[in-house]
Amino acid sequence: MIIAEHKPIRELLAMIDGYNNILMVGCKGCVTVCHAGGEKEVAILAAALRIARNRKGKPITIDELTLDRQCEPEFIAWLDDPIKKNKYDAIISLACSIGPQYIAEQFDDMVVLPGLNTGFMGGTLEHGIWGEYCSGCGNCQIQSFGGLCPITRCAKGLLNGPCGGSVDGKCEVDRDMDCIWELIYKRMKNLGQLDLLAQTIGAKDWSTSLSGGPRKIIREDLTT
Amino acid sequence: MKGETNLQRILTGGKFAVTCECNPPRGIDVDTILKNASLLKGKVDAVNVNDNPCARVRMSSWAMSKILLDMGIEPVLQMTTRDRNRIALQSDLLGALALGIQNVLCLTGDHPARGDHPQAKKVFDLDSIQWIAAVKQMRVQGCLMNGKKVSGNPKFFVGGVANPFVQSLEMHVIRLQKKIAAGTEFIQTQPVLELNRFKAWLNQARDHGLTDQCPVIAGVLALKSVQMAEHLRNNVPGIMIPDATMDRLRAVSEDKQQEEGIKICIEQIAALKETEGVRGVHIMAIGCEERLPEIIERAGLLPRPDVS
Repeated sequence: MIIAEHKPIRELLAMIDGYNNILMVGCKGCVTVCHAGGEKEVAILAAALRIARNRKGKPITIDELTLDRQCEPEFIAWLDDPIKKNKYDAIISLACSIGPQYIAEQFDDMVVLPGLNTGFMGGTLEHGIWGEYCSGCGNCQIQSFGGLCPITRCAKGLLNGPCGGSVDGKCEVDRDMDCIWELIYKRMKNLGQLDLLAQTIGAKDWSTSLSGGPRKIIREDLTT
Repeated sequence: MKGETNLQRILTGGKFAVTCECNPPRGIDVDTILKNASLLKGKVDAVNVNDNPCARVRMSSWAMSKILLDMGIEPVLQMTTRDRNRIALQSDLLGALALGIQNVLCLTGDHPARGDHPQAKKVFDLDSIQWIAAVKQMRVQGCLMNGKKVSGNPKFFVGGVANPFVQSLEMHVIRLQKKIAAGTEFIQTQPVLELNRFKAWLNQARDHGLTDQCPVIAGVLALKSVQMAEHLRNNVPGIMIPDATMDRLRAVSEDKQQEEGIKICIEQIAALKETEGVRGVHIMAIGCEERLPEIIERAGLLPRPDVS
C-alpha cells in the first residue's frame, strides 16, 4: 500500500490561514489502513484545526467527508454536490498525493491542499511502524536477489552486493538499519542460489522508472 | 604488457607498490597540498586523489589529479558513482583521459546522508562493478556503454576497492570476484589494523584464485592522534580501528601520539610486506601528510624501483 503521514499541524494551519469554510476529504484506501487519512483521522484532524482556529479567535467551518477511494475519478465525482451546495474556500485532501491532484483536475475553481505527506510504497512492520519495500522502478527483478529488493532497501541501490560501509550486517547510513545485502546473501545461501548471486547484474535500464517522466500503464484489453 | 602507467608497470613487473592519498582542498588554495606533494616525488609510485570523500565537497578529483600530473606526480583518479549518472561519469572520464590522467579507481562512494550536504539527491545510477565494466569496455572495445565508438583509442589502468573487515566474508569475496571479472586490474583495500582479519579475507580471495588474477594493494593508516582515530572510527564508513590500536594511542601522552601512530603504521607495513598475496601498500596519513616521506623511508620502501 501507499504509506502516508500527517503534515505537522502548524504547516496545515499556515496553509488554511485566510480560509473560513473548508471541506476535509478522507480516503478509505491505503491511508485508512496506515492510520493517516481515514474517517477517524479526518474527524480528529478537523477537530484539532477547529480548536486551534477558535483559540486564535478565527473560527473555521470544516465539513468532513471520506470517499471510498480518491484514486478513482468516479469516487471524486461524489464531491460534486457538496461543492455546489457549500461555498468552500478550499478542500484539504487526506489521501496520498493522488487524491488532491484528482480533485484539482476535476474542480477547476477549487483550491486544493494536501493534508498528508505521501511517503512510499510499503507495508506494516509492526503496529504503528511501516517500512518501504518498492520504488516502482517498472521492471521487477527481485528473483535475482532472493526475492528482496536492493534498489529500494539498499541505501545506494546497489545491484551486485554490499558496499564497504556495511558493518556487522548494518548499513553505513544508519547503524540501526539492516544491510539488505546481508539478508539477500543469507536467503540465497539457504536457497542454494550463491551461483546466481555470483552473476554480475549489468547497468539497470532506468527508462522504465520515473526518470522517463510520468508513466502510464495501458491495458488495451480493458480500454474502450 | 609493459603497462601504460608507472603504477601498472610496478604491479605487472611484480614490484611491491607504494601509493598514498591526496585529499583535494575545500576551496582553490592548493599551496599546502603542493608543498606536501612535492616531497613525495620519487617516494611513491602514484598518488590517489579522492572524489569528495565522505560525501563532503572538495575540489574535483580530476582537476586535482591534473595539478599533480603537471608537477610530475602520477595520479590515481578516484571516481565514485554517487554523484554522477552514466552520462556524466563517461564524460568526466574522457576529459580526465584527454588531460593525461591514466589510472582510474572506480568506487561507489560514501552515502550523502552522512556527508556535508545531506539534503542532496543521491544518484547511484551505476554501482562500482557496473562502472568498472563500463570503464573496461571503453578501453578494450573503445566504446561507450551504449556501444558508440570513442575517438582516440584511450589507454589506462583500472582499479577497484574492497573492504576486508566485513561480516559475511563469503558474500564479500563473491563481490570481489565480480569486480575482478568486470575488469579491475588492481584492488586497493581499506586500511589494515587487524592483520588476522585481513589475512582471513585474503586467504578466501586466494582460495578463489583472485589474488593471482589481480594484485592486492593493502591500505594502511598513519593515525595522527587519538582524536583523529576516534573521528575516523565514528564517522568514516568502512574504516575499522580496533580497541587495541586505540589503547596503544591512549597509552602515550598527547605530544607522542603522532609518533605512536606512525610506529603502528610502519609495523603494519612490515607485516604486510611479509604477507603472501599482498602486492603493495596504500598509505593514508590523514592530517599528517607531511610525514609521508619519512614513513616511507622508515618502512624501508625506498628507493622506489625505476620502471620507466
